[in-house]
Parts: sequence; structure tokens; C-alpha cells
Amino acid sequence: MKFQIEDVTVYFPYDNIYPEQYSYMVELKRALDAKGHCLLEMPTGTGKTIALLSLITSYVLSKPSNPVKLLYCTRTVHEMEKTLAELRFLHNYQVKHLGPSARILALGLSSRKNLCVNPSVISAENRDSVDAACRKLTASWVRAMAIENPNIPTCEFFENYEKAASDAVLPPGVYTLQDLRAFGKEKGWCPYFLARHMVQFANVVVYSYQYLLDPKVAGIISKEMQRESVVVFDEAHNIDNVCIEALSVSVRMQTLEGATRNLNRMSQEIERLKATDAGRLRAEYNRLVEGLAQRGNLPITDTWFSNPTLPEDILKEAVPGNIRRAEHFVSVLRRLVQYFKGRLQTENVEKEGPVTFVASINAQVGIDQKMLRFCYDRLHSLMLTLEITDTDEFLHIQTICDLATLVGTYARGFSIIIEPFDERMPHIPDPVLQLCCHDASLAIKPVFERFQSVVITSGTLSPIDLYPRLLNFNPVVSRSFTMSLTRDCICPMVLTRGSDQLPVSTKYDLRSDPGVEKNYGKLLVEMVSVVPDGIVCFFVSYSYMDGIVNSWHESGILKEIMQHKLVFIETQDVVETTLALDNYRRACDCGRGAVFFSVARGKVAEGIDFDRHYGRLVIMFGVPFQYTLSRILLARLEYLRETFQIREGDFLTFDALRQAAQCVGRVIRSKADYGMMIFADKRYSRHDKRSKLPGWILSHLRDAHLNLSTDMAVHIAREFLRRMAQPYDKTGAMGKKTLLSQEDLEKMANGAGEMLF
Amino acid sequence: MADKQVIKRAKYKSSVKDPGVAGVLKMSIERFVFMPNDPKSTTKLNVEFRMIKGHKFTKEGSSKQALLNLTQDQGGNYIFEFDSFADRDVCREFVANAIAFHAEAGRVVPDKSAPPVNNEQLSREETERRIKLLQENSELQVLHKQFVYGGILTEAEFWATRKKLLDQNDSRRPKQRLALKNEMWTVKPLSDGQTNRVTFNLTPEIIHQIFAEKPAVRQAYLNFVPNKMTEKEFWTKYSRAEYLHSTKNVVAAAAEAAEDEELAVFLKRDDMLANEARRKIRRVDPTVDMEADEGDDYIHLPDRGLLQDEAKDVLDSQYEPYRRSFSQDLNQHAAVVLQGRLVDVELGDTRTVAEALIRTKQAELSDEISNRNLERKLSDRISRITEIEDLQGPRDPAVAPLSIKDPRDYFDSQQPNALKALGDTGSGTKSFRSRVSPREAYGSLRDIVSDIRVMGLSEPIMNQEVALKVLNGLTQNISSTKLHLGNNPHESVLDRLPKVTKEELMHHWTSVQELLKHFWSSYPITTKYLYAKVTRLKDAMSQVYPKLQEIKESVQSDFRHQVSLLVHPMLQALDAAFAYYDADVQKRSGKSGERPNGSV
Repeated sequence: MKFQIEDVTVYFPYDNIYPEQYSYMVELKRALDAKGHCLLEMPTGTGKTIALLSLITSYVLSKPSNPVKLLYCTRTVHEMEKTLAELRFLHNYQVKHLGPSARILALGLSSRKNLCVNPSVISAENRDSVDAACRKLTASWVRAMAIENPNIPTCEFFENYEKAASDAVLPPGVYTLQDLRAFGKEKGWCPYFLARHMVQFANVVVYSYQYLLDPKVAGIISKEMQRESVVVFDEAHNIDNVCIEALSVSVRMQTLEGATRNLNRMSQEIERLKATDAGRLRAEYNRLVEGLAQRGNLPITDTWFSNPTLPEDILKEAVPGNIRRAEHFVSVLRRLVQYFKGRLQTENVEKEGPVTFVASINAQVGIDQKMLRFCYDRLHSLMLTLEITDTDEFLHIQTICDLATLVGTYARGFSIIIEPFDERMPHIPDPVLQLCCHDASLAIKPVFERFQSVVITSGTLSPIDLYPRLLNFNPVVSRSFTMSLTRDCICPMVLTRGSDQLPVSTKYDLRSDPGVEKNYGKLLVEMVSVVPDGIVCFFVSYSYMDGIVNSWHESGILKEIMQHKLVFIETQDVVETTLALDNYRRACDCGRGAVFFSVARGKVAEGIDFDRHYGRLVIMFGVPFQYTLSRILLARLEYLRETFQIREGDFLTFDALRQAAQCVGRVIRSKADYGMMIFADKRYSRHDKRSKLPGWILSHLRDAHLNLSTDMAVHIAREFLRRMAQPYDKTGAMGKKTLLSQEDLEKMANGAGEMLF
Repeated sequence: MADKQVIKRAKYKSSVKDPGVAGVLKMSIERFVFMPNDPKSTTKLNVEFRMIKGHKFTKEGSSKQALLNLTQDQGGNYIFEFDSFADRDVCREFVANAIAFHAEAGRVVPDKSAPPVNNEQLSREETERRIKLLQENSELQVLHKQFVYGGILTEAEFWATRKKLLDQNDSRRPKQRLALKNEMWTVKPLSDGQTNRVTFNLTPEIIHQIFAEKPAVRQAYLNFVPNKMTEKEFWTKYSRAEYLHSTKNVVAAAAEAAEDEELAVFLKRDDMLANEARRKIRRVDPTVDMEADEGDDYIHLPDRGLLQDEAKDVLDSQYEPYRRSFSQDLNQHAAVVLQGRLVDVELGDTRTVAEALIRTKQAELSDEISNRNLERKLSDRISRITEIEDLQGPRDPAVAPLSIKDPRDYFDSQQPNALKALGDTGSGTKSFRSRVSPREAYGSLRDIVSDIRVMGLSEPIMNQEVALKVLNGLTQNISSTKLHLGNNPHESVLDRLPKVTKEELMHHWTSVQELLKHFWSSYPITTKYLYAKVTRLKDAMSQVYPKLQEIKESVQSDFRHQVSLLVHPMLQALDAAFAYYDADVQKRSGKSGERPNGSV
């Protein structure tokens, strides 16, 4: 269908539209017009992504003079694939209705690991080994040597891509990672470098948060994006955590030992180079005197992660004199590593701010703040000069320099915490030095400054006023939409008591109570016999899940569950979890039915949808609070209290409830879909906890469902499922329209001013 | 043995919990008879042993009752409780003998409903299939009853013309296979408390499951047994390993494994599984592929980012391979159950099971390699999933295989629809028909056939719109032809006849058809057997003949014309058959002088 929103003709690939999608587009358009940032919360299952994509693409189509580029950030690769699939659907529709003028280039971008097609490279185990294997074949000096000596292997895909030069372009279309690989294979061009190159010309780029938020990556990938871009962070309820993770580093004993090995190797290389090719070191020295700004001229294959901090002025400054010479720099690093080793010897937990930490480094090993700040760039310059290709071997020293640069750059918003052992296992010495970032706004600041519109959107952004404070920005539009429902297709319940009427909770005092474990088990046993197809269970942590599953196994509860459904479980091993998920879906597809056990803060909860028959019921066992004794968390809470006046308790509850809401929100995909959500913990019945749930869940949480026991919940579930199995009128009855057709929208436009909500 | 008899006191029970009726059980080789002590009781039994197909009994033990359970052929069973185990055992042995005797004597257990003459060896499935067909199709049943019981046709003859029905039925429905039990075999060591002995129970079913879930154990079995160790030693060792795992003492497990390399095979992580996982991960749906994230994520690197809250167990690397989590087992188990039972071999022989499993795995592997459309299928799937269902307007009809079991029923029931459609479209069908000349139609059909020969069937075979159109056309045509015979637009000719007459007519029609089919298929007569058959058929037909006449006369005068119209073709067909028969008999008698034995 197509309709007008003010001066923009929106092409929407479906015959109908939900009213909230329409309002969402209206708000989004205002933000684009105002060239400002916006914050939009819309319930899951109302087609956020497609609304957003069709508005922005239509916006561009309506204003050809002002080509806006869309940078769409997802948290995970599989979300990237989903988004691209929706975009392709939309694109096909637009091309069909507008002809070739609607053609755009849209592509997903990922690491070499996900894009490489060279069989000898892709066989490497993890991302870093793939990166290193690629560099071994494509680094500029390797290729230079290969010209003289044909025995040195190069990558044929990259060579072909280079040979094609400016002819190597992607024709317009929508490319998922798989399409890129297929295209690369067909043409014989390297898909990774092709994609990196095409990013500059693409109308839509879909990639993960890190490409914009982590300055080390953003410096290479995203630096050429023009200011007129619209940046979208989808599923952004966790964006503050991503931001602080991007600027946090931890150092262990193994890191330091590895760093020492790296330094030894570098010293040897320097000696060797001095004997064979001293000119190269001298050239580097001269370059450093002029500053590091030349990095931009390096060949595409030689780029490293750039500086982790991104202050613009650092590039214009010259490297301090005492680390310009390679051997001097190596000895500075040795002293730094030595200093860290000393700090790790501590018996007690230590916590200090960056300023005191830097002062102490200066006092003990004589490295000042400015030298620290340049460590990262200086290291990379040196590694390029030494022509080191096996970069995955040098991760340790990179970590050290990363930390040094961060500490040397930021005076506040960070703290250094040294712990001699893990709190929970005091008998095992495991010293760790962590630089933790507390201020989420640091990492995202350059994004807000560089791009004219940043859209932060998710199904759960409650309370919506907290995010601008955490991220320190001023949105021009900040709105939370409710869900207009044709029928009550979600059924949230709070279960406070088990079948024996005793309270259930994952609070510390009740957590390992066998009675609670049994009650939780009985709840699931009852539910598997009532609910068809898929059921998802979320637990508060891996250790809790392992414990309770083992105890269910021993007490025979698991066996009872298995009589009704297959059981799959998330593990810390991603490969296994992925396969388990795949099998889970197949079990749901074939009607066998299955249960998936997962962890609230785990990878599955982060981005896998359990829509339609893949999830008819979600059970959230317990409240997923963070581990409150963690020093990092305490330090962050303290910072939040001092800087933003956010109380600890409030923040912890907010954080736990957004996780819980996120977990249960994954069951709904559209209004034709339906699902139940059980919050199984007595603490959810308290108002201070419950009120932090997003509005669209709260509005369906009836008072009668606030204090249930297992038998009552089973009864409600039966009723609900029976009701949902009835046919219903999709367009919504009783005066409220929940599905709008093109005519409805036209009518609305004529009778302007009539609002939907 | 045949005249031996056993008489014991026993109680007859309808179920195990039933208190039972006391009485006397008398068994001979032919049958067993139960007479209750209370002469008024109605529970008297007199059952032939050939109806019994098996027996079960309780184990001797202090608390248990001495029960004997005889299972009947058609389901249902007889349970007897004896006063002592000694009595029970005597009876049990007798029963076992009796059952064996009858099984030998009548391997071909003639179905009770089978016709008297049956010299054909039938497999059990074959019989079942026939019975099933008869049950499903009442018309067939009537015919079967009439001719086979009436002795006009033999069972074999009757089914010979329906071979296709039998075969088709069989191939269309693949035999439903029993799934693996969704129950994890866990080591519940049965220790008796006093000694340090731990007992494990393994059944062929469990072994099958272990082999399916743990390829390394399967491989080890093939490698070790019987060259290196006996089967018993192998399983003892395996149980030992399982026991070590159940204690969750990784260090102890590693220590034992260091001493015993065979034990180490079981204790170490299953490399074959890991390889399989690596292979499978490439074929996984990209929308759930979290492994790709790992490759993309620039944060979850060692030493980058914040430490996770989860504490991982710190283990020395030497113990690493011995760590195994319950979650892994759980996932692997569910995956195997989901896949279903792969092998169809008898579970008794462990080695065959292991080998069969390996073969299926290899077949799977080669399938995967050859399957090139996978990527396309995946992307189709994703794009299907991405669409939001209720925003989309009504879609084209989805494709479903058309399966019309009984065409007549179908077209009869479609009649009102067809009429409605006909009314809507007016004379649309007629103009449609006249557009194509038979010649053209034949030509295009020939083209299509030759196309298919060259290129094979395309997928889907036919455009769905065309298919729907053809089906609608056929429905309208066929359903309405009947109508055109009569002048009342709402019912066919048959419907207007009295019900009895209609049914009788239908019945005669089918039986005449059946008889004629057999009759004509018997020519030329080459054997005595065929001659006999033809004679029999002719007799049967001549019996039908007057009945048809009767019908014609019995109906009321206003229907008589129509009925005679309907009956007429049947009579004609019968007349033709009689004429041919007479001519043939004359020819034969003419020849019989020269060829005395009547064979050609």
C-alpha cells in the first residue's frame, strides 16, 4: 500500500498497517525533518523494523536531492540477516511499484570470519585467526614479496578484486552476508573487501553495534560515512551496556605473560631489522615526528583497529619524543608490563580512579600520561613497520596498549579494580586488573556528534526518560507506543506460589531451597502437558540453570517433562547452542513440541525470537538481577549515583526488569500471534518491581493474575489457549480499528487532525 | 502329548487388580476350559489354543501373585491366578507347548472370515491390509461377502483384480516407525549398600540409544569387540566410565583414563560429535546462527570488555577433555530423538546395530554433500518467516496434494457446488470446451508428454491456477452430467428413485461389473481351472439376470421407464457375456473330439 505522511509518500509492502506502525512512522518522520535524535519504544510484535525501514527508504525516495544514508545497527548477525530479509521484501515491493528508480544498494557487513570465501583462510578457528590468516595473504608487503617470489602464497580472491579495480562494484540490490559470499564466489572477488569498499556507496548498511560504538573498529569502517546519515540502533535496550563494554579492558596474569612474549619477539625483529634494513625504522621515526595522521593512506588490507578513544585532536599531535624510537618504545612497554605484574601481586581488592592510577605509573616506572595515550597508535605503527602478519599472536600486547591509551585519555568515568581472586572462589588465586568504564555516554558521544539523526528504538525502553540521561543526549522525539490489540493475544501472569502454596523465588535465601526447585519443576511439568508446541524457560544464570536442571533430573521431574516434549538447553558453547536451537525449531515445526532452557542474560535471550509456534509460553524463573556483589557493578552504581542521581536499587530493578521484559517479549511477532508469559517469582507481585515492566505488558496484566499459584496458572493457561484457538476478526471489532487499509488512511488524511491515540 | 490334560485350581481375573473368580482350569492341547466354582457365575471360558498367541507370567517372588496371562490373537487377554507358583509353572509349560503346537500346525492362521477354499500362503501383513481395505470400503465388503463367501470367486481371484489397490495402499503410506523413547538413560547405579558393587542394567534398546547418541562409543565397540575384548568387558568398561562421570570428579576420571587407554575413549569428549557439530553448523538457519556472532563480535574477545558475571570453573588444561556437562548430553539426546529411529534392524545383535548406524550416517553425509539447493531453501524459508502474516491481504490458495479416495462420492457431494458455479457462469463451460478441437488437444498432450520425457517433472508439476481450474471444470462437468439425465435440477435420476430400489440397483451394478470383469478376464480358456471358474461365473450371472428383471417390474410405474433405462445396459452386457459363453462352449464341444483333455 502507499500513503502520504505530510510530504512523504510511504511505500509499505503490506496491504494493511497497524495504527501504531503509522504513528511510529509519523514520529520518526518528524525526527528526520528536525534532523535530530529520537527515542522510540514500541512493543515487540508490531512490526517495528519494517515500519522503520519503509519510512526511511520512502523518505529518501521522496527527497532525491537529499540522499540520506541509513546505517542500521543490530546487536547480532542473525538479527542482521532478519533485517536484510525484511528490507529485501520491502525493496522488491518498491521496485515493483516505482520501477528501477527505486533501486538501492543495501548490504550487511561483518568480519572476515563471516565473509571470507577463501577455503584456506576460513578453515581457521576463530575470528582473530581468520583475520591473521587473511593478512598473511593480503598484507601489502606480502603481496610485494609475492611479485618477486611466486612461491609466496596470496589470496586469489583478493588479487582478482584488486585487478578488477574500479570495475569491482556490487550492482544495486539487497545483499545478505550469504549473498555477498555467493556473489564473491561467482565473480572470484573477495567479498569482505568488496563489501568494505561498497559501504561508502551503499544506501543502506546493516552491521552490528560495534562498528559504530567501538572506536577501534569505527575508526576504520565507519569513518567515511557522511554526516547526512540516519543511524538506527535497533533492540537498543541494552545499548548502555554495549557502550561501557566497548571501553572496558581486563588484564590477567596470562595477558601479561603473553605480552612479555610479544615484546621479546618484537625486540628480536627490531634487532634483525636494524641489521638488514635500518632505513625502514628510520623512515618510521621520521613519520612519527610529523604525527600519525598518515595512517589514512595505508592500503585497505593493512589497517588495524584504530585508536580506542577517537578524540579528533590526537591525530594532529606528534608522538612524544621518548617513544619514537622502536627500542625505546619496547622498553617503555616492558616497564609498563612489569608495573602491571607488580600490581597483580596484591593480596587485597584495590580500587582507584584513572588519575591516581596514572600518577602511580608515572611515579613508579616513569611513564607519563601523554606517553600512555599514544601507546596504542605507536604499537600499531611499530607492528606495521616490523611487518608482523600473525596479529592474533599479538593480542596480548594490544590489550595492554589499549588499556594504557584509555587510561591516558579519560580522567573520569572509569575506575581500575584489582581483585586477587574471584569472590565466589576465594581459594583459587586468579588476579585480574580491570579498567571498567561506567559512563555509557563516552562511547556513543562521537556517534551523536557525527550523525544528524540517531534513532534508538526497542520493545523495552521503560522508563524512557532514563536513556537520555544514561547516554547524555537530547532527543527531539521521545515516545512510547502502546499496542492496539484485536484480541488479548498476550497473557502475562505473575506466579508467586507453587502447587503447595509456598512462595517461589530466586532470592538468595530461597534459591537453593529444594521446595522451590520442586515447585518450579512442577509448574513446568503442568505446563508442558497443557501448552502446545514450543515453551521457553529463562533462568537467572547459567549456574542456577545447571543446578536446577540437575536436581530436576535426579528427582525425575525432567523425565516427566520429557514425556511431553523434547528438552533443549543453552550452553556456554555457542556452536552447541545454535544446533540446539535449530533442533528446537525443527521439533516445533514437526509438531513434536519442545522446551528450551535458556539464561536471561545469555546470548539466546539477546536476540533469538520465539514467535508463533516456536514459543507459546515463556516462563521467567526468578528476577534476573545482576550479581550485586560484583565490584564492577558496585563501582558503576556509585558512579551513577554521583553523576546522575540514580539510586542503586532503582537501577538494579530497572536493569533486571528490562531483561525480564526482553525475555518474555520474544514470543510475539504479530497480532495474529499469541503467547503467554509467566513471571515465576513472588517479588514480581510487588509494585516497585512490576511497575518497571513496559506499558504494553502491564496493560495486559490483570489484577487477578498478580498472585497466582501453579494450579490457578494452569487453569488460566487452558482458558487462554482455548480462546486463542477461536477464529477472530483481524481488522478489530467494537469501534477500534487495529488494522488499517489504504482507504482508512486516506480517510484519515482527509479528516486531518483526527488522532489515532 | 495330544491327549494330555492339566487341571488346576485357579482364579480368573479380568485385570490384574480384579479379585478374580475362583474355579477350575482345565487344559488340553486343543483348548482350555475354565469352570467357576460358583455354578451361577457367568464367567465360563472355553477358548481354543489356536486363538492364543502368547503368554506372560509374573516372576517368582514372595510378595507377588502367581499370575499367568494368555494374550489373544485379536487383542484381549485372559489372566489366571494360581494358588502356588508350582501350579502356575506346570500350566505355563503346558500353555507354551500348546501354543507352539498350534503355531506349527497352522502357520497360515486362516482368518476366521476366510473362505473355505484357501490354499494360498498369506503373510500376516497381507491379510491385515486386505481386512483393512474391506473395512474402509463398504462396497468392497459387500462384494467380497457375496462372491467369496458365496463360493463364486476364491479369495485369490477376488484380490487378483485389485492388486493395484493393495500395492498402492501400501506404498502411499509409509509404515509408521516407532520413535526412540524420549527418556535419557542415566546411570542409576543399583548398589546394595553393603558391598562396593554397583550394578548397571543394559537392554538392547538402551544400547541402541547409546550408540545413536554417542558415536565414539559406537566406533569403539566396532574397534574393540571382539578382537580386543569381549562384549561383556566392553560394557563393563563403559559402565565404569559412566559411573566416573556420575561422580562428577573430573580429576579422578582423568587419573583413571591415564592408566587405561580404552577407558579413556569413553571418558574423553566425543570428537566425532564435535566434528559433526562443525559440519552441521554450516547448514543452520542464519536467523538463529549465533556462531556467526562470535565471528563478528569485537567485544567478546579474551581480555576485552567487562568480565562476565558467570564464573567459569577453572580447570587445568590436562583435565579439559574430560569435562562433560549434563547439558550436552541433554541436547544430544533430544537431537537423536528428534531424528527418529534410523535403523530398522533387529535390536538383538549389537554389532549389526552399530554398523547400521554408521551406514545411515554415511548416507546422510553424502546426501548433504549432494544437496545443493540448501542455501536457496534456507533463504526461501527466511523470507517466508519475515512476512507479517496478518498485515498481508488474502493470499493465493496454498498448494496441497489432491487426494480423492472415492471419485463417485466426491463428485456426488460436489454437485450442489457445481450447480451453483454453473448458474453463475452460465454456459461458460460449453464455450470453453468447443474452443479446442480434439486434434489440437491430442497434439498438445503429446507435446507435454515428450517434454516431460526430456526434462523430467518440474516442481510443482503444474501451475496451481491451472490445476484449480481443471479441477473445477471436471467437478462441474462430471457432477452435472448426472443431472442432465433427469429433468429435476436438484437431484440426479438415482436420487429420485425409492431408496431401496436405488441401493439394490447400485448393488447389482457393482456385482455385475465385478462378475463381468472376472468373466472376460478368464478368456481364452486355457486350463480346466479357468473353465470351472467361467462356469461358476456364468451361473452367478444367470442368477442376477432374473433379479434385474424383477426390479424392473417391482418399481412403480412412474419410475419404471427410468429404471429400465438404467437396467438395460446391464442386461445387454450380461447378454453379450452369455452369448459369448454359449458360442465358446459350442466351439469346445466341437473340438473336444479331437482334443480329449480339453486343453488347447
